[in-house]
Amino acid sequence: MRVDYYLYLSAVLFTIGAVGVLVRRNAIVVFMCVELMLNAVNLSLVTFARLNGSLDGQIIAFFVMVVAAAEVVVGLAIIMSIFRSRRSASVDDANLLKY
Amino acid sequence: MYSALHAVTYAKSTGVFDLTFLLVLFPAASAAVLLLGGRRTDRWGHLLGCAAPLASFVIGVIEFFALISRDGGQSRQLDQHLWTWVPVAGFHANVNVLLDPLSITFVLLITGVGSLIHIYSVGYMEHDPDRRRFFGELNLFVAAMLLLVLADNYLLLYVGWEGVGLASYLLIGFWSHKPSAAVAAKKAFLVNRVGDVGLSIAIMLMFATFGTFSFSGVFTAVHGPGVRSGTMLAIGLMLLLGACGKSAQAPLQSWLLDAMEGPTPVSALIHAATMVTAGVYLVARSGAIYDVSPHARLAVEIVGAVTLTMGAIIGCAHDDIKKVLAASTMSQIGYMMLAVGLGPGVYAIGIMHLLTHGFFKANMFLGAGSVMHGNNDEVNMRRYGGLRKLMPVTFVTFGFGYLAIIGIIPFSGFFSKDKIIESALDKGGATGDLFGAVAIAGAGLTAFYMTRLMIMTFFGVKRWPRDVHPHESPKIMLIPMAILAAGSLLAGYLLVLGGSLQHFLTPSVGSSIEQGAHTISPWVLSVITLAVVLGGVAAAWWLVGRKPVPAEPPTHVTLATKAARRSLLGDDINESIFMHPGAYLTRALVFFDNRGVDGMVNGLAALVGGSSARLRRTQTGFVRSYALSMLAGALAIAVSLLLVRVG
Repeated sequence: MRVDYYLYLSAVLFTIGAVGVLVRRNAIVVFMCVELMLNAVNLSLVTFARLNGSLDGQIIAFFVMVVAAAEVVVGLAIIMSIFRSRRSASVDDANLLKY
Repeated sequence: MYSALHAVTYAKSTGVFDLTFLLVLFPAASAAVLLLGGRRTDRWGHLLGCAAPLASFVIGVIEFFALISRDGGQSRQLDQHLWTWVPVAGFHANVNVLLDPLSITFVLLITGVGSLIHIYSVGYMEHDPDRRRFFGELNLFVAAMLLLVLADNYLLLYVGWEGVGLASYLLIGFWSHKPSAAVAAKKAFLVNRVGDVGLSIAIMLMFATFGTFSFSGVFTAVHGPGVRSGTMLAIGLMLLLGACGKSAQAPLQSWLLDAMEGPTPVSALIHAATMVTAGVYLVARSGAIYDVSPHARLAVEIVGAVTLTMGAIIGCAHDDIKKVLAASTMSQIGYMMLAVGLGPGVYAIGIMHLLTHGFFKANMFLGAGSVMHGNNDEVNMRRYGGLRKLMPVTFVTFGFGYLAIIGIIPFSGFFSKDKIIESALDKGGATGDLFGAVAIAGAGLTAFYMTRLMIMTFFGVKRWPRDVHPHESPKIMLIPMAILAAGSLLAGYLLVLGGSLQHFLTPSVGSSIEQGAHTISPWVLSVITLAVVLGGVAAAWWLVGRKPVPAEPPTHVTLATKAARRSLLGDDINESIFMHPGAYLTRALVFFDNRGVDGMVNGLAALVGGSSARLRRTQTGFVRSYALSMLAGALAIAVSLLLVRVG
C-alpha cells in the first residue's frame, strides 16, 4: 500500500491551514484554518498507524478530535462575544492586549 | 611598711553579709516600680524613691559595723555567690558581690550622700511634673553604681559601669525638651563610650592573658611567672582610658561641664557620690595591676596632674556657678587620680580625698541648687551678689564646703589634700617634685576660683533683676545641706586621725602606713600649702572682691582668659581633630555610596529596564504576527532536528 499520497494530502492541507491562519483576518476563517491543520495532522497520524500496524496513532487522532471539539466550543464563544462588543470579527481589531 | 597583695582569696559570706545583694536590689527594684509603674505611682513615687537608698544605707551601716567587728585582713573580704551568669566551658561569669573595706566605704558614700540628695530632690523637684520619673532614674543611678562597686569581677563591674552611663544619660537629658540638655546628654554618653571601649579592651586582655576576669584570679595571676610587662602596661593604660571617660579626666573631660544641663541634684549625685568616683575606684581596685606596671602608674599620675591644673584654670574663668563647681570637680578628681597613680601605699589617701570631696562637693552642689531655686533658676553669678543676708542657711552650709575644698584647717579638705601633696613630694625624683609643685599650685588656684565664686554669689551688692525675689529654700532642702556641711567639717577627723581609714582599707588596697621619712616635714608643708591657699584667697579678693562685679564679663582680656572661658579649648580640639574630619569622612563615604555602589546597582537596573522596554515593543497585540513567530519557531526547531538527524 502506498502511503505517499496520504502524506502529500496531509502536507498540502496543513500548508493551506497555516497560510490561512497567517493571511486571513476574519476570525471564523482563521478558526477553520486551525481546524484544517489539526485534521491534516490527524490524517498523517492515522496513515502512520496504518503503516506501522499499531493503533496508537488512531487513538491519538481521537484525542485530537475531542480536544478540537472542546476548543471549538470555547473559541466560537469568544469570537461571538468579541463580535457582540466590538461589531467586528477581524483578528486585527482585537489588539488591545499589547505592550 | 608597704605590703603587696599576693595570692588574693576572698572568704565566703555568712550571716549578715548574705544581705549584701539587698544593697543593689532595693534601689533597682524601686527604679523598676517607678519607671514601669507609670502615673499611678506619681503620688508616692518620691517617697519610695527616698526609702530605697535609705534602706540600702541602713544595711550598709549594719554590715560596716559587722565588718569592723571581725579580725583584720582576709576575714574582712566576703564574697557572696548569687548565681552563675554564663556557665560555658572555660568561661565562667559569676554574679558575685564582694563586700570588703573598699566596697563598703563606697557603699556608705553612695547610699549616705545619695540618700541626702534624694531627700533634697523632694523639695527641689516639687514643681516638676516628672518628679516620679526623676526619682526612678536617680534610683537606677544608685543601683548601677552600687553594682559597680560591689562586683567581684570585671565583667559584672562592667555591667554596673554601663548602667551608670545609661542613668547619667537619662538624667543629664532629663529636661530633654531643651535642645541643650539633649545634646549634653548625648555628648556625655558618647565621650563615655570612648572610655568604655578602653575598659572592655582591658577586660578582654585580662581574659586572653590570665583566662579569668575575677578580681581574685587576676590579682593573683599578675605575680605569676611569664606575665609580660608590656601586657600589664596595656591593661593598665586601657583601664586608665576607661577611668578617664567616667571620671572626666583629660583627654575625655569635655562632657562634664555640659552635663550641668541636668537638674542640680543630678549634678550633685554625679559629682559627689557616683559616676566620676568610678574611675578612681577602678584604679584603686586594680591596684595589683598598677603595682606591677610603673609606667602605667606614671600615666595615671600625669593624667591626674594635667586634669587638676586644667580643671582649676577652667574654674577661674566661668561665670556659671554650676560650671565652676563642675570644673572644680574635674580638678579634685585630678587630685585623686594623682594619688591613686602614686601607687602602693597612696591608694587609701586617694580614697580619703574622694570621701571628703563627696561630702563637701555634694554640699556645695546642693547649695548651688538652693541658690538657683531662690533666684528663678539663674545660674550666672554676675546676677547674684549679696545673697548671704537673704539665704543665711545656704550661705553658712556652702561656706563650710568652701572652707573644706580650699583646705583650711580644720575642715576635711585640709587633711586629705595635704596628704596627697605630701605623698607626691615623698615620691621623690623630678616627677615627684613636679607633681608636688603642681598639687600645691592647684591648691592656690582652687582657693582663687572658690573665693571668686563666694564673693560673686554671697558678697557685694545685689545684682539680680527687679522681678527676682531671692528667698531661702524649704527645710527639706536645708536639712540635707546641713548634714553634709557637718560632714565637710568632721569627715577629716574621722577618717584621718590615727590613720583609721588607711588601716581599714589595708586588706583591699595594701598597707599604706607612713614610712617615717618625709622629703619635707608635714608641718612645714602644711604651712606652705596654707600660705599658698591664703595667697589664692587674697588674689581673688584683690581681683574680684575689691570693686563691683560688672554685669557683663569684660571683653578686653588676655588670650589665656579667653581660652579658659572656652574650657581650655577642649571642645575646639575635639571638634577639629575628631568631629570635622569625621564629618568629612562620612560625607566622602556617602558620596562613594551614592555614586559608586548605588551607581553600579542602579546602572545595571537601568540597563535591564531599558532593554526590556525595547523588547516589549514586539508585543504588538496582532494575533497574526504571533502566529507567524510561532511558525518560524516551529520551523526552526524542525529544521535543526532534521539537521541533527541527517547531518
